[in-house]
Amino acid sequence: MNEGLMIGGMALVTFLIRYPMLALVGKIDMPKRILDALRYVAPSVLAAIVIPVVLLPNNKPIQRPPDAIPLVATLLAALVMWRSKHLLATVIVGIVAFLVLRAALPLFGPV
Amino acid sequence: MVRRQGIEASVAIKEDFMTPVSTPRSEFLAGMRDTIPMDVAALPFGIIFGALAVNAGLSPFGAQAMSLFVFAGSAQFIATGLVAQNVSALFIVVTTFVVNLRHALYSATLAPYLRHVKARWLPLMGFTLTDETFVIVFKRFEERGALPYGQWYFLGSSAVMYANWQLCTLVGIIAGRTIPNPQGWGLEFAATVTFTGMVVSMLRNRSTGLAVIAAGVVALIANPLPNRLGLMLAALAGVVAGVIGKSLFREDQVERLGALDSDVTPVARSQEVTNE
Repeated sequence: MNEGLMIGGMALVTFLIRYPMLALVGKIDMPKRILDALRYVAPSVLAAIVIPVVLLPNNKPIQRPPDAIPLVATLLAALVMWRSKHLLATVIVGIVAFLVLRAALPLFGPV
Repeated sequence: MVRRQGIEASVAIKEDFMTPVSTPRSEFLAGMRDTIPMDVAALPFGIIFGALAVNAGLSPFGAQAMSLFVFAGSAQFIATGLVAQNVSALFIVVTTFVVNLRHALYSATLAPYLRHVKARWLPLMGFTLTDETFVIVFKRFEERGALPYGQWYFLGSSAVMYANWQLCTLVGIIAGRTIPNPQGWGLEFAATVTFTGMVVSMLRNRSTGLAVIAAGVVALIANPLPNRLGLMLAALAGVVAGVIGKSLFREDQVERLGALDSDVTPVARSQEVTNE
């Protein structure tokens, strides 16, 4: 395994994915329909990252109470964001809720 | 004295109605500031990457070089897993291509807002484009339109993501073998809540809600697919669902009505859509 070759190749293909559209799309007139459609990319990608993490923890459906901890903490974070519109506060509340739930759950009996 | 207060008051009112003066510096700083929650989320991943990379058999120098030159979290994790399995370099490069394909969608989405930017800035922006910077920058551009110094906002966001990723990788490499089971801490959960917060902040109308649901369902179904392919499929499904939803809920007509009223700003218009 040539480490330098691997990293150089990875860097090259990654750049060749990220850069060309940035350079090309700015030069041509995109139809409004396409531009409108692209506005859904960001929320869709975010949902696609988050939803499997909370509904399929460890790639399995939720079966035991501990499996539901990410889901509960995420719903709480969503509520905080909805009410406060403050991202950092949301992140902190979500993480604290997650850690507290994880620490507290064994106190209520075997899991 | 009374008169002076009057002048001050009128100036203050005027400032309220004017857009705050933006400079390259103010945009750069705003980009940095808005990306800090994303740094918090990426922090554990950077450390875990550094630790896993040296444990998988990469040299410390190679692990840091990957963060420096590839700068793509998911691809770096997957490559590390493949290095541990002694897969060929070519296979890893091809896998990286597949894992990172979604970034083409990101740059296509941001490009229309960057038309005025000088061509020499674009390679740097392309090199530093990540999921996190895309989401933060897109939100800013969508709320405020193509800003004169939008590239500085982008680069401010990139700068803190890049610095954070390099530093965390370094910490992971150094701590490497001394961190027992870094994935067992549950710190990766920070990214989940951060992204959740961003989704909630983007839910401005019903078609976006539909896009989010469609993307989530496809992501669940496609979860067993390797190399983040499920993510790409889910993104495409979300876009299609959003477009369908937009005509289904007649949101384009609401937008057109809003556009007729010259006093309605884009922000006010999007609120109108939410409240319809």
